[in-house]
Amino acid sequence: MGAIFRPHISEDKRSDRSARDRQRHRQKIRESIRENIADIIAEESIIGREKDKIIKVPIRSIKEYRFIYGENSPGVAQGQGNSKPGDVVQKGDPGQPDANGEAGNTAGIDAIETDVTLEELIEIMFEDLELPDLQRKAMREIESERLRKRHGHRREGIIARLDKRKTARNRVRRMFATTRARGEEENREAVEAKEALREKRFDADGKERFPFHEDDMSFHHIVTDSDFQSNAVVICIMDTSGSMGTVKKYLARSFYFLLYQFVKLKYEQVELVFIAHHTEAKEVTEQEFFHKVESGGTYISSGYTKALEIIESRYHPSLWNVYAFHCSDGDNFYSDNERALGSAKELCDVCNLFGYGEIKPSGSAYYSGSMLEVFGQIDRPNFHSIVIEKKEDLWDGFRAFMLKDAQTKSVLVGSKEKEEKATTTP
Amino acid sequence: MALTEKDFTEWDKRIFDLALKYGLKTYPQEFEVCDHFEMIGYMAYAGMPSRYPHWSFGKSYEKQKTLYDYGVGGLPYEMVINSSPCLAYLMRDNTDLLHILTIAHVYGHNDFFANNFTFQSGMQAKYVLEMFKNNANRIRRYMEDPSIGTERVEDWIDAGHALSLQRSRNLGIKRLSREEEAQRMWEAAQPKSDQFSDLHERKDYVPPNLAKNPLKPDPNLVEFIARNSPDLAEWERDVLLIVDTESAYFIPQIETKIMNEGWASYWHHKLCCELNLPQGYHLEFIVRHNQVLRPTPGGLNPYHLGFLLWKDIERRWNEGDTGREWTDDKPREDVSALDESDTPGRKKIFEVRESDRDVSFLRRFLTEDLLRELDLFQHEKRGKERVITKVADEENWKNIKETLIASVGMGSIPSILVDDADFGRKRTLYLKHEHDGRDLQLDYAERTLRHVEQLWRREVVLETTVNGRASILKIVDGTLKVERL
Repeated sequence: MGAIFRPHISEDKRSDRSARDRQRHRQKIRESIRENIADIIAEESIIGREKDKIIKVPIRSIKEYRFIYGENSPGVAQGQGNSKPGDVVQKGDPGQPDANGEAGNTAGIDAIETDVTLEELIEIMFEDLELPDLQRKAMREIESERLRKRHGHRREGIIARLDKRKTARNRVRRMFATTRARGEEENREAVEAKEALREKRFDADGKERFPFHEDDMSFHHIVTDSDFQSNAVVICIMDTSGSMGTVKKYLARSFYFLLYQFVKLKYEQVELVFIAHHTEAKEVTEQEFFHKVESGGTYISSGYTKALEIIESRYHPSLWNVYAFHCSDGDNFYSDNERALGSAKELCDVCNLFGYGEIKPSGSAYYSGSMLEVFGQIDRPNFHSIVIEKKEDLWDGFRAFMLKDAQTKSVLVGSKEKEEKATTTP
Repeated sequence: MALTEKDFTEWDKRIFDLALKYGLKTYPQEFEVCDHFEMIGYMAYAGMPSRYPHWSFGKSYEKQKTLYDYGVGGLPYEMVINSSPCLAYLMRDNTDLLHILTIAHVYGHNDFFANNFTFQSGMQAKYVLEMFKNNANRIRRYMEDPSIGTERVEDWIDAGHALSLQRSRNLGIKRLSREEEAQRMWEAAQPKSDQFSDLHERKDYVPPNLAKNPLKPDPNLVEFIARNSPDLAEWERDVLLIVDTESAYFIPQIETKIMNEGWASYWHHKLCCELNLPQGYHLEFIVRHNQVLRPTPGGLNPYHLGFLLWKDIERRWNEGDTGREWTDDKPREDVSALDESDTPGRKKIFEVRESDRDVSFLRRFLTEDLLRELDLFQHEKRGKERVITKVADEENWKNIKETLIASVGMGSIPSILVDDADFGRKRTLYLKHEHDGRDLQLDYAERTLRHVEQLWRREVVLETTVNGRASILKIVDGTLKVERL
C-alpha cells in the first residue's frame, strides 16, 4: 500500500480560495476606519497632506474576542542553563506555549497600523455625506486638457499619429485583393510581366515587391472632449487679526482642509480663493493664508465685501457653485457688526452655502465677543454657523455643516445648543 | 523540484516499509505538493480542503502572508490533517532531504492520529473531510438565502467562534443524557445503608434539584445555547452546532500538541537514521533535525520538549529507571538481547502514545531531572516586565511542573461552565468561571460576554474572581460591570 502523491498544480489552474474571505476582512477594516474617522482626520499629520501620499492610520485591529487569561497568569519557559529568580525574561509577554495555534489567544497590541492614501480616506469620510444644495449650473468652460482622447481614424495626419498596425494591415489587404483580381484574368502572366516591367516590382532577390501606397495610411484622430463639468469655488475667509493664535489657526485650517477635500470630490473643477482679513481684506496665496500672522483689530465686513467683489468679477453664481466659509474667533469691532450682517446676507444670496465657524479653543485666555448672536438674525436656509472648541469637534461640525439635511430641525437645534453653550460659558 | 514523482514513490515506499517494521499503524496516506501561496491558504483554513467562508480566515491569511513577505515568520515544511486518508501538504520548494524527512515526520503524525485516544474518541477520521465540506455547503446556503444573508450569518459565526473553545476538554469522558444524569443524582442523594444507623444521628434528606437546567454545570457553551435557547431560528441553531462540531474536531490537536510533535519528531529521527541516507543527505538531515528541535530560550519548543520526553521514557524503561511509582513492573530483562521493537522502553512509548494527552503525559513523565536539564523556570508579570520567579530547584520544581501542566493544551483556555439557564427565574444565563488563580482578561471578557448575550438574547452573568475577590461580571447599558459577590 503506497501513498498517493499529487503533484503541484500550476498557478493558473487553481482558484484563489481565500479571495472572498480576504475581501470581507478588508471591508471590515474599512468599516473600522470609518468608525474612527473623527479621530483619524483630526490627526495633525493628516491635515495638509498631498492626496497620493500614503498615510499610516492606527486603527483597531479586527479582533476575535474569547475568554482568555489576564496578565496575572504565570508561564513556564526554558532558559539557557543559568536562569535565576529575578531575571527579566522579556519586556513584553513571551507567551505561554502556544498550544492551540489560534490567533488572538493572548492579549496583544490594541491597534494595528494600516496604510491608506489620503484619497481613500477622504472617500471613506465623505461616503455618507451628500453635497448640500447641489445645483448644476450652466458651466463656464475650463480648458480640460486631460480629456483628449483617440477617436477613430483619418486618411491624413501628422506622422506621429500614424497607426502603424492598421496601415500595415491595409497594405496586406490591398495586396491580397490585387493578387486575386489578377488571377481572374486569363492572360495574367502576360499582364504581370508587363506590369512588372513598368513598375519594377521586384526586389534584389527577385521576389515581388508590394510597396505601401498612400491609401494604406491610417492616422489616429484625436478629439478634445469638451464635456461640461460642474465647477465650484471655495472661498476661505479667515480672520488674521492679532487675537487668532496658533491653535485657532490650526482648527480653522483643518476645517478648510475638509471643506476643500469634500468639494473637490464632488466637482470636476474646484478653485480656491483665500481671503485674509483684519481691518482690511486682501486675497492671498494658500501659503500666506495659513502662515502669515497679522495683527490689529477686526472688521469682519471687510472680508465679506472682498469675497463679494471676487465673486462678482470672477465666479458669477450663474456659472459657479460657490462655497464660502469664514473662520473667526468672533472678536469683531462692535461698530462693524451691522455692516457684517448686511454683507453676510448678501453672501448668502450668491453662495450655495455660506458658513461661519467660530473658533473658541477651550482654555482661551479670556472670553471675548461672539458673532453668533449677530448672525443668529440671518434667516437663510443656506447659512450655518458652528462652534469649534477642540479638534474633536471638527468632524461633527463639518458634518452638521455639510449634511444635506442641515436645514432640518435636528441639526439646527444642535447648532442652537452649541450657540447657547458658547454664549453662556463664563 | 529535483525529486520526480517516481523518486517520491520510491522514498515513500522505503520509509513506509520501515514504519511498518517498527509497528506504526497508520491511516492510508496522501501527499499533495503545494507552493507557498497554497500553504498559506491551507494554514488559514486549518488545512481543510473546504471550509465555510468567514472573514477571520481572510484575516489569518493576510497575517501569515505579511509575516512571510517580511521574512518574520517562515512557513512549515508540511502540514498534516487528521483524517482518513491522512492528508499532508508538502512545500514544493523543500530540498530533497527535507521532503524525505517530512514524509517520515508525516507518518509519525499519521500514526498518532490513528491511535491516540483523544483522536479516537472524537470524530471518525474517515468522515472528517466530508463533514467539513458539508458544513461549508450549509453555511454557504444560509449566506445565499435572501432572507438571511452573509452579514447576519457572519455575525452569528463571530459570536459562535468567541465561545467555540468553551467546551469539554476531555473527549474521552462519556457524556450522559439528562435522564441518566438525573438518575445518578437521585441515587447519590439517597441515604446510604448504614448498619449503625441506630447509633448515628440521622441526616436530613435533601432531595436533588432535578428541575434545574443544566443538572450539572455544563462546559459546552455553544452546544448548550444551541439546544436550550427557546427562540433561535433553525439556521441559527444549525450554524452554532456546525461551529461546535468543527471546534470539537480541533480539540484533540490542541490537547496533544507536545506529544504529537514529539512523536512525529521521534519517528522522523528514527526512520531517517535507518534509511542509510547518502552522506550529503545525512549531514543535511542532522542540520535540519536540529533546526526543528532546537530549544527556544524564553519560550518552549513543543517539538523539543516532546522529543526529549519520548526519548527519556524509552531510556528509563529500558534501564529500569522507572521511579517509585513503577516498581510493580516486571523485573528488568536483558534489553540488549531483545529485538528493538520488543524492548520495554519501546513498548512503553507505544502504550503511552495511545493512552495519554499532554496534561497526563507531562504529569506522569516530566521528571525533576528533565526539568533541570531543560532549565525550565516560571515567570510572572512584575510591573511592565516579566520576571523569573521560580527556577527548577528542589523547592520549586513541582510548582513549575504544575504551572506548565496548567498551561498546556486546553489549560490555556479558562474553564467556564453554564450553571443555570434560568437564573432568578428571568432566563438569565448564569456562567461560572472555575478560577484557578488566573484572572480573566477583563476587556476580552467584556466583548465575549456581549457575544454570549448576542446568542442567548437575554441577560448573561459570569461569576469569577477578580483580584482575589469573588465577583459577578455583567453587561449593563453596554459596558462591563464588576460587582462583588
